[in-house]
Amino acid sequence: MVERRPALTFLAHLVLVLGVVVVAFPLYIAFVASTQTADAIVQAPMSLLPGSHLLDNYRAALFGSATGGGSQAPVAQMMWVSLVCALIIAMAKIAISLLSAFAIVYFRFPGRSFFFWAIFVTLMLPVEVRIGPTYQVVADLHMLNTYAGLTIPLIASATATFLFRQFFLTVPDELVEAARIDGAGPLRFFKDHLLPLSRTPIAALFVIQFIYGWNQYLWPLLVTTNEDMYPVVIGIKRMIAGGDAAVEWNVVMATAVLAMIPPAVVVVLMQRWFVKGLVDTEK
Amino acid sequence: MTQEKRVTYRSRWLPWLLLAPQGVVIGVFFFWPAAQALLQSLQQADAFGLSTEWVGLANFRALWADPSYLASFKITAEFSLLVAVLGLSISLLLAVMANRVLRGATVYKTLLIWPYAVAPAVAGVLWLFMFAPSVGIVAYGLQAMGIPWNHLLRADDAMTLVVMAAVWKQISYNFLFFLAGLQSIPKSLLEAAAIDGAGPWRRFWTITFPMLSPTSFFLLVINIVYAFFDTFGIIDAATHGGPGQDTAILVYKVYYDGFKALDIGGSAAQSVVLMVIVVTLTVLQFRFVERKVNY
Repeated sequence: MVERRPALTFLAHLVLVLGVVVVAFPLYIAFVASTQTADAIVQAPMSLLPGSHLLDNYRAALFGSATGGGSQAPVAQMMWVSLVCALIIAMAKIAISLLSAFAIVYFRFPGRSFFFWAIFVTLMLPVEVRIGPTYQVVADLHMLNTYAGLTIPLIASATATFLFRQFFLTVPDELVEAARIDGAGPLRFFKDHLLPLSRTPIAALFVIQFIYGWNQYLWPLLVTTNEDMYPVVIGIKRMIAGGDAAVEWNVVMATAVLAMIPPAVVVVLMQRWFVKGLVDTEK
Repeated sequence: MTQEKRVTYRSRWLPWLLLAPQGVVIGVFFFWPAAQALLQSLQQADAFGLSTEWVGLANFRALWADPSYLASFKITAEFSLLVAVLGLSISLLLAVMANRVLRGATVYKTLLIWPYAVAPAVAGVLWLFMFAPSVGIVAYGLQAMGIPWNHLLRADDAMTLVVMAAVWKQISYNFLFFLAGLQSIPKSLLEAAAIDGAGPWRRFWTITFPMLSPTSFFLLVINIVYAFFDTFGIIDAATHGGPGQDTAILVYKVYYDGFKALDIGGSAAQSVVLMVIVVTLTVLQFRFVERKVNY
């Protein structure tokens, strides 16, 4: 701040508080709705104060004992599917990107720039532009309704590869020389020196990619037809498919809150890595 | 690939082995399907999917002659423009204010960034719930104030709903980048201007805003990409592209025509059009990121 202007500072706080309230409002409404009965919500306007049915609604959502229209699959199973997928996607992306970046930075071999550009071009092929044929490939490989089908097509990552490449380029050459004098080969150097040094970018990417994996929608929508394999984000959508009147909004909102908790916890607890990951992956 | 390592390893097989996992995944799930999409866009399958024949550019000609596809272009343009402009202005305002306050800045930051973690489809459901004509609390409030609201019937309401949900989700991202941009502006410039008698308003427009222009351009491209490709979940959850097809953006239409209407050739042609758009946006993005200069 350049100068003291109490009026402006007050205005700043006012705008920020307003912003926070508007941003938080949908979440608050979802939480309040998840503590009331379905009937209380349908009698518009619903109360803006939390009701007393919190436990009932979350139990109904988690174990699939709701009675409304639309899907009633247990959310606990869906949360598990989401968690497994998000973890596989985040870790596999990091693993294959680390290996690719290591090969591209530390080796000279024919085809090196071919791989570099091939990986770069995948940036321009998001799933939306090759949706039909990719589905066909996964169907032909019999990967529909499997964890493999939900995750493997999503684990290639140009951004992660370039982030690690950028990072490896900043690692001093002396380190390689020293390792070589000590008699360490490339894999030994990768494992003992490069990996421990890469902890920060790995953590940052993990946060971003976990959220990416947890929030996938279009791809699971295509490759899962079996309720046991729905990620929770798909599950919510199926619950409201029964038409306006039949929807049990209290259970839907409980599910929405449950679906938001894991990624939100990751963002808030790992905020430092999260911000770093966001800023770095866009370079 | 301008930067190189001075010290490298030599091995005939190891780099290939290291690149194999990534190579297999992008080959099988990226390049092969993309090539298929290109091929299919030039073919037409018969009604039973038994035979296909080459039709040249007929699928593309059919697209340009299809009023609903042209309408979808217009809808996408309107949607992404609204999302980008509203998202950027609101986040810039919040970032400037957050940059001003000394006390509580981190608290505000934490409270503003969490929507990034919300899945687009969940964001769509949250906003749908608030604005559902029969049960929504905000819809009720609007009607009580005499403002008619029904996004199931009125196209403008539906568009407003998906724009609000999309902006809400993207504010956190823009906010973080604007805040980082603001914090990198040298204080000495602002102090010099203050000593010369420029007030906060003038300082913002003559110093802060121009200094932020690289960030703003970058975010503009990112926001358009977001509106084009990452809002599918919001649209599908909140409006199903409706009423009619009034919120069916291009990505939604590719999905709908390919998987619900089962028009493989038409959907593939749409994919190819989208590919061209992504390539353009990616080139733009890299041009602006490369040029990290302020004036």
